[in-house]
Amino acid sequence: MSVTSNSTPVALRGSANGAGTVMIAAVLLLLAVAAPFVLYPVFLMKVLCFALFACAFNLLIGFAGLLSFGHAAFFGGAAYITAHVVKVWGWAPEFGLLAAVVVAAGLGLVFGLIAIRRQGIYFAMITLALSQMVFFLALQLPFTHGEDGIQGVPRGTLFGLFDLNQPLTMYYAVLAIFVAGFALIWRTVHSPFGQVLKAIRENEPRAVSLGYRTDRYKLVAFVLSASLAGLAGGTKALVFQLASLTDVTWQMSGEVVLMTLLGGMGTLLGPVVGAGLVVTLESYLASTSLPVPVVIGCIFVVCVLVFRRGIVGEVMNYLGKNRA
Amino acid sequence: MFQLLGIPPQALFGQLLLGLINGSFYALLSLGLAVIFGMLNVINFAHGALYMVGAFVAWLLLTSVGVGYWGALVLAPLTVGLLGIVLEKTMLSRLYKLDHLYGLLLTFGLALILEGAFRHQYGVSGQPYPIPDALKGGQNLGFMFLPNYRAWVVIASLTICFGTWFAIERTKLGAYLRAATENPTLVQAFGINVPVMVSLTYGFGVALAGLAGVLAAPIYQVSPLMGSNLIIVVFAVVVIGGMGSILGAIVTGLGLGLLEGLTKIFYPEASNIVVFVIMAIVLLIKPAGLFGRER
Repeated sequence: MSVTSNSTPVALRGSANGAGTVMIAAVLLLLAVAAPFVLYPVFLMKVLCFALFACAFNLLIGFAGLLSFGHAAFFGGAAYITAHVVKVWGWAPEFGLLAAVVVAAGLGLVFGLIAIRRQGIYFAMITLALSQMVFFLALQLPFTHGEDGIQGVPRGTLFGLFDLNQPLTMYYAVLAIFVAGFALIWRTVHSPFGQVLKAIRENEPRAVSLGYRTDRYKLVAFVLSASLAGLAGGTKALVFQLASLTDVTWQMSGEVVLMTLLGGMGTLLGPVVGAGLVVTLESYLASTSLPVPVVIGCIFVVCVLVFRRGIVGEVMNYLGKNRA
Repeated sequence: MFQLLGIPPQALFGQLLLGLINGSFYALLSLGLAVIFGMLNVINFAHGALYMVGAFVAWLLLTSVGVGYWGALVLAPLTVGLLGIVLEKTMLSRLYKLDHLYGLLLTFGLALILEGAFRHQYGVSGQPYPIPDALKGGQNLGFMFLPNYRAWVVIASLTICFGTWFAIERTKLGAYLRAATENPTLVQAFGINVPVMVSLTYGFGVALAGLAGVLAAPIYQVSPLMGSNLIIVVFAVVVIGGMGSILGAIVTGLGLGLLEGLTKIFYPEASNIVVFVIMAIVLLIKPAGLFGRER
């Protein structure tokens, strides 16, 4: 999907005003470090997991123009892998996460090889159908325990040093994972590879005519995005000590689309904002009698009709206009 | 009693019939999707939800107004079609100038709203819908028992599918429609009101989904989630068939339904995923789909 080119987000030009970006990043990091003393750590960890998931998704839609409607397969699939190897095989949490990333990357490679043969709307439908296949596998394979999911996953001790059963330790581990994933995405977007992805997003035939093998670039981006989504899913399995069918449903794929759309596609911070808002909203709605899907659907419709740049995108646009 | 490949014939034909029924619904729904996509370039994610709404309208007509199956067969598609036209006029029509993916996202949001609302109101359990009196009972064909209602569903959906194909490929109205698909500006210049035609096409496409919902009500029960899993299989059907031809959508839908039925006999564990596996294989061999054109 082409993000309207006149709204090139300021964050993308980060290298031009490096000092400002570093300042903002430092403030945000300080806030994140202080947050568990004010807010409930499990809630924050949930936000961070979904934020990483949405950032991974955004790498595809925002920077390569590929709408994947099947990212739940990587997120939920990886959660099952982590839960299984940590609980049943007794692996340490770091290896559990590694296994999640490796499996998600493999799954991403298979999905990618099939899906990048078609573009646009077909790409979305193919990823959706493939992820539904993963859903049925998760429903039927014995190790996932069907409707029950894998419950009571031990958090264990990270690197044999950090006891993740302590909420604060777990929180900082999740924060570190998120920051690492975010830094990787930041680096990717600002690398020559990221520039080629943007070229493909804006005009694929021209990128082809310049001699880029666009299919390979798209495939690498897809695998990278799937791996990071897998990292987010594995982390979520450790945080909640649970891997369940909810995380592989197509509704979950839709939710990550919404987070990214709401926050702002193609902006680095947008998915984080969107994830924070959606998770907050859902935990708020859970205590009311309002049906969650209806509210989520309404936000979707409003975003698509009048608010396509998303929150961060609108802010960037406003700031950009004032500066010009 | 003779056996076929170690399978008793009753089981074989029973599953094939079930496959044919599923295939009829795949065909009806993918036909609607193909008609809408051809004209609007929108993949209608709300198709499954509107199929569910069709079934619910029939159920509500029966339980609260007392209008039976045959009335519902007319009224439910009309209601769903009108709902579709309203949605198209108020929301979808604002997105035509943008990337087509926004249409997908919008209809996804609409599907969430519709399904969420019905689920909130009626819960997740299915509501039974009785088979109309005229179609109760069945025929003993010697090798199997054929319930009348199921035979009716297959015949009705085939008739509708080929009627639609005929209307689009062989009538003047269909010619306008196909022309407007190719070049809306030129058709508009000839004095045909294209925006109205677009709305009516969307209305017709979703009315087909509503009709499928009524046909399905006595077989699968009426539940808010009846459309949500079906629609993804139908998406896979559409990818396999390719959007190029109306006939392709019908043939692929029926064929995959039968194939799913066969898988249920020989390897039941795979019956849920067989359509997706075939989709992957078709994409590797012929990316445009079996009947599609590469654009």
